[in-house]
Amino acid sequence: MTTDPMAEIRTSFFAECDELLESLQDALNLMDEGEHDSETINVVFRAVHSIKGGAGAFGLDALVSFAHQYETVMDEVRSGRLVPDASAIKLFFRAADMLQDIVRTTRDEQHPPPGIEDMLALLKALLHEDAQELDEPVAFTPLGLSLEFDLGAPAIDVAPAEIDDDFGWTITFTPNAGLYASGNEALLILRSLSNLGHCVIRCLVPEDLPPPDESNAETPLLSWRIILEEDVPESDIRQVFDFVNDVCQLQISPRKVIDDLAPTRPERISPTAEAALPPVGSTSAKKPAGDDACPISSAASKVSLVPHPRPARPVDTNAHEPATMVRVDMEKIDRLVNLIGELVINQAMLAQSVETAGMSQQSDIMAGLESFMTLTRDIKESVMTIRAQPVKSLFQRMARIVREASASVEKEVRLKSVGEYTEVDKTVIERLADPLTQMIRNAVDHGLERPDVRRAASKPPEGQITLSASHRAGRVLIEIEDDGAGIDRPKVRDIAIQKRLIAPDASLTDAEIDQLLFLPGFSTATEVSALSGRGVGMDVVKAAITSLGGRITTTSVPGQGTKFSISLPLTLAVLDGMVVQAAGQTLVVPLSAIIETAKLEEQNIHRLSASGMMMRFRQELVPLFDLGQKLGFRDMRDIAAAGIVLLTVQEDGRRAALIVDAIMEQRQVVIKGLGQTCGHIPGVAAATILGDGQIALILDPGDLVWGGASSPHFDTKAG
Amino acid sequence: MSLNILAVDDSRTMRDMLRISLTGAGMLVTTADDGVHALEVLEALHPDAIISDVNMPRLDGFGFIEAVRRIDRLRATPILMLTTESAPELKARARNAGATGWIVKPFDPQKLLSSLQMVTG
Repeated sequence: MTTDPMAEIRTSFFAECDELLESLQDALNLMDEGEHDSETINVVFRAVHSIKGGAGAFGLDALVSFAHQYETVMDEVRSGRLVPDASAIKLFFRAADMLQDIVRTTRDEQHPPPGIEDMLALLKALLHEDAQELDEPVAFTPLGLSLEFDLGAPAIDVAPAEIDDDFGWTITFTPNAGLYASGNEALLILRSLSNLGHCVIRCLVPEDLPPPDESNAETPLLSWRIILEEDVPESDIRQVFDFVNDVCQLQISPRKVIDDLAPTRPERISPTAEAALPPVGSTSAKKPAGDDACPISSAASKVSLVPHPRPARPVDTNAHEPATMVRVDMEKIDRLVNLIGELVINQAMLAQSVETAGMSQQSDIMAGLESFMTLTRDIKESVMTIRAQPVKSLFQRMARIVREASASVEKEVRLKSVGEYTEVDKTVIERLADPLTQMIRNAVDHGLERPDVRRAASKPPEGQITLSASHRAGRVLIEIEDDGAGIDRPKVRDIAIQKRLIAPDASLTDAEIDQLLFLPGFSTATEVSALSGRGVGMDVVKAAITSLGGRITTTSVPGQGTKFSISLPLTLAVLDGMVVQAAGQTLVVPLSAIIETAKLEEQNIHRLSASGMMMRFRQELVPLFDLGQKLGFRDMRDIAAAGIVLLTVQEDGRRAALIVDAIMEQRQVVIKGLGQTCGHIPGVAAATILGDGQIALILDPGDLVWGGASSPHFDTKAG
Repeated sequence: MSLNILAVDDSRTMRDMLRISLTGAGMLVTTADDGVHALEVLEALHPDAIISDVNMPRLDGFGFIEAVRRIDRLRATPILMLTTESAPELKARARNAGATGWIVKPFDPQKLLSSLQMVTG
């Protein structure tokens, strides 16, 4: 735990920057969609402004100067002097990207990103000439890292003293009405003045002073003449009057010029004698008018210097704070998640021992165990919500990728985000960034056509990529869809043959051809463009998704576009599973994949071939598989006598029925990776430890049933 | 100096800075996110001074100060405006709204404290 408050604020500042950059993006998106109301523009302005303000406090000059220029331009937009066209808004987006980069490099204490000067010049070019001149260079004083306060102020000493006529200042101070109306207080100013040095203060009271009248409390009646017996710079004195110089008349002159003031004896001064004094009407009850004229005494100032009532009891400073947030190190949460994983296993083992000991279901121990299980589940869910984050930040990064990618290949692309508040495990979000970036680049580079091609095909010249996230069937579904030309299947096929990935005479369905994209070493780009050259192949994308327990599928319609669907588990740590037995093996099927269980009955089975079977399930025919056989635990057998079927469903709606020997129980299991040595085993997602300490495989029914079918009959290594 | 301060700023960083600078000097600090929020807070709070940002959502600093000055018990409460600009017209607008003074961001804590001291006594 860091104890340095400034380090904490710094961290908090960068966290706030991320939020501000996010709202900046949102507002720019709105502007891009044609929203030009003042609030939208204000959000952009305020985001940049706040980043600048905070950066200034930490002396982060690069950030300050960039934000300052950006802010200046946005101020012009805000005031209506600059009406941004489409290209200006594009520039704002790029400036926001640049700002984000500068924030990042500043946070990580790295060199600022290249291209700042160019961007500054572009921003500046948007300004009118007069606005450019107004754009003064920024000079900020960093706050420094130590906060020490010495607030002891010397008391006012107004006792008449020996006066040295040769130095010091004479100040005439006449408040206007605005001084009191703005919450300023003449006496406090006099007090500040006396902090500069010994003061002899004379209050000038008009002769026709009217009686006190509370209703006119803010009308100034008195003026003051002060002899400051200290050779301070004039600027120090001006500083004292800094807040009020527009609401008072002020004369400051070196002492020796005006020396007609007798400091020791109060005297009545007629208003006419003091030309500087405004006409005065009534007295102020709240001002210590005193008698005629008075050098302020310490006692007098003490009485008068309580201008505002103070609340008697301390106010709860947190009473009006918005929802309190705590920032927690991710490592701590991960530790918690691991511990809960252990807890789940432990609880299962305990339940097992209790059962083995022959406790009755009605016993107190069983009841206690029951609530223990409920609690464990609740804790698990709470912890998982801590780890969950909306995919918005990830999607915003993709917006930037689209901007950069489309600019480099000279295509016009609009990114539409759907469901950006869908929450996904933080680790999943982090590990999704690279594959998603590559897929977006591919969509821009290969998926979408050039504007002229699109026009020829009577499509809008601007291509659209839709990035969406949603929860479906207990998993997270992320889809990347473009409205481009679709997968060029004859070309894909040709390349696969050329690269000897398939036999020249292989007969493949459209879906099988689409799957070729995911083979190692496959690239449809006949010449590697700058864009795809930086990236990795779809095989790497697929591997990354698979390592997250996810699956990726493709649908494509020629001339209409391509859609990649990524389905991911909600969490990487614990899942609800059904423990089943098949061919003597204990296996876990994720509950999210199971729609129904039923008893297998002979009259519902339709045998198609030696190995192919279908099953009638509520008027619908679904493929039927024997789990034990499918996994290779046993040979072909007559399944008529076998017991139970699980009806499973995939995210794309495809269903399959799996025959199991018995259903043991439903429970939460802790997901344990199989490790790198096993590699990818078709149909197996991970492993877990059951209550009796036994290790069981967690199945991926979709991969088990369709995984084989989606890697069609070709030999990847064949020559 | 145990003053009761209301700090209004839409930037969390700024609020944190103000809170730390001021509580370090022994003050009680209440914070609010914007003008509207601050006015709600003021229903239950009588601060010795208010520090307010200019640019804020919902109700900006000028509107906020005008609203405060319309509340009788807060007519004379010192209000310092936090600005990043030191443009004269901005000061004039702040003054017209009823601001007591201004602090130019990024503020120097010493200057902030001495300004607060000056306007509150």
